[in-house]
Amino acid sequence: MSRLARLLAALVVLLGLAAPAFAVKPDEMLADPAMEARARAISTELRCLVCQNESIDDSNAPLARDLRLLVRERLTAGDSDRQVLDYLVDKYGEFVLLRPVFSLRNALLWLGPFLVLAIGGLVIVSKIRRRPAAPAAAAGGLTADEQRALDELMKNG
Amino acid sequence: MIVEIGHYALILSLVLALVQSVVPVVGAARRDPRLMAVAGPTALFQFLFVGLAFAALTWAYVVSDFSVYNVVANSHSQKPLIFKISGVWGNHEGSMLLWVTILALFGALVALFSRNLPPTLRANVLAVQAWVGVAFLTFILLTSNPFERLDKPPFEGQDLNPILQDVGLAIHPPLLYLGYVGCSVAFAFAVAALIEGRIDAAWARWVRPWTLGAWIFLTLGIAMGSYWAYYELGWGGWWFWDPVENASLMPWLVATALLHSAIVMEKREALKVWTVLMAILAFALSLLGTFLVRSGVLTSVHAFATDPARGVFILGILTLFVGGSLALYAARASLLTQGGIFAPISREGALVLNNLFLTAACAAVLIGTLYPLLVEATTGGKISVGEPFFNLTFGPLVLPLLLLLPLGPFLAWKRGDVLAVAQRLWLAFALAIVAVAVAFYLKHGGPVLAPFGAGLAAWIMLGAIAEPMTRAKFGKEPLATSARRLFGLPRSTFGTALAHFGVGMMVLGIVSEGAWKVERILVMKPGETVELGGYGVTFEGTVPRKGPNYQDQVGKFVVSDGGTVVARLESAKRLFTARQMPTSEVALETRGLFSQIYIALGEAQDSGGWSVRMYWKPLVLLIWLGALVMSIGGFVSLSDRRLRVGAPKPARAAAALAAAE
Repeated sequence: MSRLARLLAALVVLLGLAAPAFAVKPDEMLADPAMEARARAISTELRCLVCQNESIDDSNAPLARDLRLLVRERLTAGDSDRQVLDYLVDKYGEFVLLRPVFSLRNALLWLGPFLVLAIGGLVIVSKIRRRPAAPAAAAGGLTADEQRALDELMKNG
Repeated sequence: MIVEIGHYALILSLVLALVQSVVPVVGAARRDPRLMAVAGPTALFQFLFVGLAFAALTWAYVVSDFSVYNVVANSHSQKPLIFKISGVWGNHEGSMLLWVTILALFGALVALFSRNLPPTLRANVLAVQAWVGVAFLTFILLTSNPFERLDKPPFEGQDLNPILQDVGLAIHPPLLYLGYVGCSVAFAFAVAALIEGRIDAAWARWVRPWTLGAWIFLTLGIAMGSYWAYYELGWGGWWFWDPVENASLMPWLVATALLHSAIVMEKREALKVWTVLMAILAFALSLLGTFLVRSGVLTSVHAFATDPARGVFILGILTLFVGGSLALYAARASLLTQGGIFAPISREGALVLNNLFLTAACAAVLIGTLYPLLVEATTGGKISVGEPFFNLTFGPLVLPLLLLLPLGPFLAWKRGDVLAVAQRLWLAFALAIVAVAVAFYLKHGGPVLAPFGAGLAAWIMLGAIAEPMTRAKFGKEPLATSARRLFGLPRSTFGTALAHFGVGMMVLGIVSEGAWKVERILVMKPGETVELGGYGVTFEGTVPRKGPNYQDQVGKFVVSDGGTVVARLESAKRLFTARQMPTSEVALETRGLFSQIYIALGEAQDSGGWSVRMYWKPLVLLIWLGALVMSIGGFVSLSDRRLRVGAPKPARAAAALAAAE
């Protein structure tokens, strides 16, 4: 790839980010506030397909505008929120959803973070079990560690 | 000529780094003080030469030397000086040069401030620093040379990308890199400890200031980037879960975990193996961030595959360092003996929980960022992972951490007493409940959970204040005695309290901005007034204005409160003439101490009006001020006598030597 082409590619990516600062425009909005609120909520769940990780609610790209209008068109036609999302997935594929569906393919995505938590928790619990309990305060004397901690406390206090 | 000197200096620094990466290790293995002594001077001279290279490129930018390709592609003779300078790192080649400059800076600092380290550890640490240096210097010289000349220099440059021509973004990359690259010091210490197979509490004490420093800069860098996105991109969002942002959040999360586990190691000699792993992971994630941002892999796996020279090189560096250090870890970690034992409910136990949740939260960010790439690479399918995913995974993992945060500092080392902690914190908890009630009273109508969020923030802030107060025995002893005790507390206590208080501030800002913001998107004609968060905003029309390298269309707004004018604001659409690229210069008016009115001007409409986007953002500034307070807490901790780099030891050692002679 030539340097120029690379520069152009970078520019295209950045243009999506830097175009005039407007996402939802006044002329797109629906008269019915309740339905408009639904449209906005759905918009935050949909990816602007040509942008880098932006929702169509945030994006200024022309395609995002088309999608916003489409969402409102479907809502006006009487679709439920679910139906609108399904319609867009049919048309553009799963890529359009910013919240990936829970499927076998995405199982590790959704469960991974909690698996890390669970495994970490189990390791900690097993470490605690395997180890003798912290020595009880021996009657009449402090361990060297405790004495040091005490000295430090007295010093800082 | 100066440019060639810069290029030559860069090559020399690579040579020095090569020497520094081999000779001290051999010296440490053979216990040969002469070979080990090579590390210090090479680190200093490596920094000198990399600094020279960096200065040479900066000079080319300042004088607009358009015979250098990098300057042509990213600068313009009419650009203000500050953006000529920031243009140096506003591009791939220059930013990598900044990366190695900061790496060399840290190497030199370690060399200067580590004279009281055991000589073998010092030699190995500096050598590991040099390994990283060799990798990235080679990368720059082979694939990303910023000093490339053009045969036929043009008369004018192509200008820096307009969205980068902003003070916030001018200082964002250096801050972030100080954080990223700062993690390399903890990494070098970890690898050196593994090489030697020996580690003790002193190690944690040496590593902590460096980690703290890196963490402070990461915190400031991320906050700066977030505030920049807020005011520059024009729709008032402050975090987008963009892979580039995630790349900086991951090292921050692990560095935060490392800071906490290093405390346990320093005080109690426990968690050694874990702390070493965190030190490795923090830098591994910094490298991953560099790879993600610099290789183009984020745009698409295919784009990466079609132009792989740079990407594959960084991927190679990443694999080598992460794989290598983890292999070393697997082989040697068992040599590191475990230290002090502790009961589950204790300060140590609380810090273990802190690390568990921070690591899991980091895993959520990591998996969410990499999974789409993984799916595309393996199945060819494309999925998107965005904000809704992170809200559902990162959120629940961070919530328990925040809830338990105030308890930790109150627990005693080794064996804590929950009842005693509850006795000390009941007042903070009661006041947090009051805060929930007040929030409900003030903001009925918003999301039901929001007042609880405000209560959580109050709980964290009050808990942070309560800790030093309790330590000073306020309410138990006469006020004068308590006050004296308070001033006598070690600085790190205040550092902890400040940092935790900052977390609470940030939570309050996030909750308030998210739940109670007001948005108005509409077409306004000159003279028209709308209500926004209790204020009246009047649009007075637009005027054109010319800047040094841009053309503004300035919208004028008047903000009034009950009939009295409280502010006159200007919100502009800015067109940069060289690249014909528009940006928005939003109007921001801070009301109260922390809330903002936010106005972005859109396009002119056929009807004669302008589209306008306005927000009332209650307490929004707390998000970034919270981060600022957190980093101030870091600075205060850093100034603690016990942590000061280069403690008074050498003098005593020298005296002992003198006495022996």
